[in-house]
Amino acid sequence: MKASLFAAGIIAATTAVAHAETLTVYAPDYFTSEWGPGPTIEAEFEKVCNCDLDFVPGDLLPRIMLEGKNTRADIVIGLNTDVTAKARSTGLFADHGQDNGKLELPIEWTDSVFLPFDWAYVSFIFDTTKISSPPTSFEALRAMSVDQKIVIQDPRSSISGLALILWVKAVYGDKAEAFWADLAPRILTVTKGWSEAYGLFTDGEAPMVLSYNTSPAYHIAFEDDLTKKAAIFDEGHYSFFELVAKTSTTDNPELADQFMAFVLSDAFQNAIPMTNFSYPSAQPESEWPQVFADLPVPEKALFFSEEEAAAVRAEAIEEWRRALSQ
Amino acid sequence: MAPRALAITSAGLVTALVAIPLVAVFDRAGGIATLNAADWAALRFTVWQAFLSALLSCAFAIPAARALHRQRFWGRETLITILGAPFILPVIVAILGLLAVFGREGMLSQALMFIGLPRIHIYGLHGILLAHVFFNLPLAIRLILQGWQDVPAERFRLVAQLGLGPAAMFRVVEWPVLKKTVPGAFLVVFVVCLSSFAVALTLGGGPKATTVELAIYQAFRFDFDIGKAATLAVLQLGFVGIAAAVLMRLVGAPKTDVGLGREQVFLRRMTPMRKLLDLLVIVVVASFLLLPILSIVAAGVFELPSLPSSVFQSAKHSLIVALASTALCLLFALPLATFKLGQTISLFGFALSPLVLGTGLFLLIQPYANPFELALVVTCVTNALMALPFAVRAIGPAFAQINADYGRTADMLNLTGWARWRWLYLPRLRRPIGFSAGLAAALSMGDLGVIVLFADPDRATLPLQMYRLMSAYQMEAASGAALLLLMLSLGLFWIFDQGGRRGFRA
Repeated sequence: MKASLFAAGIIAATTAVAHAETLTVYAPDYFTSEWGPGPTIEAEFEKVCNCDLDFVPGDLLPRIMLEGKNTRADIVIGLNTDVTAKARSTGLFADHGQDNGKLELPIEWTDSVFLPFDWAYVSFIFDTTKISSPPTSFEALRAMSVDQKIVIQDPRSSISGLALILWVKAVYGDKAEAFWADLAPRILTVTKGWSEAYGLFTDGEAPMVLSYNTSPAYHIAFEDDLTKKAAIFDEGHYSFFELVAKTSTTDNPELADQFMAFVLSDAFQNAIPMTNFSYPSAQPESEWPQVFADLPVPEKALFFSEEEAAAVRAEAIEEWRRALSQ
Repeated sequence: MAPRALAITSAGLVTALVAIPLVAVFDRAGGIATLNAADWAALRFTVWQAFLSALLSCAFAIPAARALHRQRFWGRETLITILGAPFILPVIVAILGLLAVFGREGMLSQALMFIGLPRIHIYGLHGILLAHVFFNLPLAIRLILQGWQDVPAERFRLVAQLGLGPAAMFRVVEWPVLKKTVPGAFLVVFVVCLSSFAVALTLGGGPKATTVELAIYQAFRFDFDIGKAATLAVLQLGFVGIAAAVLMRLVGAPKTDVGLGREQVFLRRMTPMRKLLDLLVIVVVASFLLLPILSIVAAGVFELPSLPSSVFQSAKHSLIVALASTALCLLFALPLATFKLGQTISLFGFALSPLVLGTGLFLLIQPYANPFELALVVTCVTNALMALPFAVRAIGPAFAQINADYGRTADMLNLTGWARWRWLYLPRLRRPIGFSAGLAAALSMGDLGVIVLFADPDRATLPLQMYRLMSAYQMEAASGAALLLLMLSLGLFWIFDQGGRRGFRA
């Protein structure tokens, strides 16, 4: 008797949940943490959607691939262009339905499935107290004193590491391997992910680290620290976009569409710079926080489309591996 | 006999927990994958560095354990506990701590430059070995020390009475101890180093130091080639199996080693020279292990008071998971420690890449339940599996010794089943059980293992929270969280370990 009452209670509770509109959003861990944009975005969206936004943190691509059509996600946020070929091929994502014309990006955006919500330039960040004349190009970096060490991330385990490999490939093409061979003595070490590398940089182990040109904004805004700067290269910088997409399996397409539109609204875009330390994707520079508008930027944005990235990736990683294994 | 049924159940459960997820991954992937030249190179390098790391860890652990065993000094017990700290550190914290001492801008380089010498270059195979010895020396010391402590006191009395010199002492007392403990310690360290990834890469200086675990991670995260990830994981398991088969043969059957369980006393005076040498060994080992720990403390201590409340909340979740997985680990470990094959079986859970194990569990759970709601349960079970080889290794030799000492008496008294455990084993296994529980709890505190697939949205663990702080550029706050993690891990370890020592002198 008690057991059946209990069971009835569970069924009642489940039905209640099913009736409330819930939008399930898969996001990377840093995105949903209390220091990331997640909490603000959840609060802002729930103000207008009359629903419950439910962030589920974790690794996006493996999870989506494992779940396939059974995925619980209505929205996946935080993918990036270098892995979208794989994501797209699953057929699990639907058109975003938004006007790409609203985007304010350094390149023209034509993708109808993956929608950028923020971006930055991949850059080397240096400590001005240790490097007085920073390199202004890859050629200068290559010729830099071997005592000025750099820490980078491994392109096989880190998305920013992969972006660097593609950046070098975009600049040097067939001559990328020779570039890596010359740079190798200046590379102090290679880390698994961004956190290890950036930790080594802030601990003073290396005076230069691979990160994003927007990284100094954190140190300026929250620590009044003006000693961390991005080295701007004449060849142009690889641009890094973070993307959001709607799943084709969502049982709540209207709500998902509402969220996709919300991504381009000011309520979402305003939350990005100071929590994700990157540029918002749909606001002109005049609307950015001053500290972002003041950051130095390269003159040219480099970018591989997802097909180009997928085509050169294996070769570029192998060249890098060979040159650094000498 | 009931204990045998228990042993078989435990062995079966542990094997199933490893094998079924693995089969699930292969099933999903549609079979095994072919490996390329780079994968084979990674395999070779992985085995080679793990072999060297285990060799060096044991080589340094033997004199250190001997010195710690025969010297008595103020703070000895505390030192032995704190020396265990490196083993339970989260990888990223340990890397930053090690580099604060041995890095390009570390203490050692600074000191060298101060006296006009060039700084040290730590990145390379020697850096990997240094880091792996740093992590595993504490474990090897404890396992060997445990063996020394299990020598019956009568034997030392006899040695003193007969006035045996160092050579005879080595043959009669030390060699049997080493023979019993070192192969097991070597095996465990070898297995730990097989799964090294972030440490090997960072300290190794780049892609020259590519390990299998990196290849698994790449296959899983970027290429989503889970067949390849699982194939690599099986090869890794194979190496563990081979190493276990070879080393367990070396251990041999325990000799009858009768004693009354008295406390060991040292009757013979040591020469001042020997004493000095022992103290030198202790000082060198302690500085090597503790300087990086001190740098972690120094980096985090001023951040502790200002840590956000969510960090303490996550610490609570981690504590609960740690205690639950400790209980589970002991439940598996005690039956497995009673037979020789149990040592090998206990290694499988640890030796299977957490990514592959996590993927398998995810595939198995997903059709029936929401994996995210089971995140903490899965974390608890996998953490228990991870700590299992250390627990079985610590308890196993002591168990064999008890049987050698009292087995026949107990048989004659017809002391079987639960009564045998209650009156014979458990009181005499207090010390290794306490040590194992401490290790299991501490390891669980610091583990991220399967969390990439099973992150609970509302209940983050402390290491996860620390990573989140780092991703949010809050490196200082992250060092505070790292220190909190270190204190809690070490605290748990200390409580269990001390609990095991108290009342040992029955």
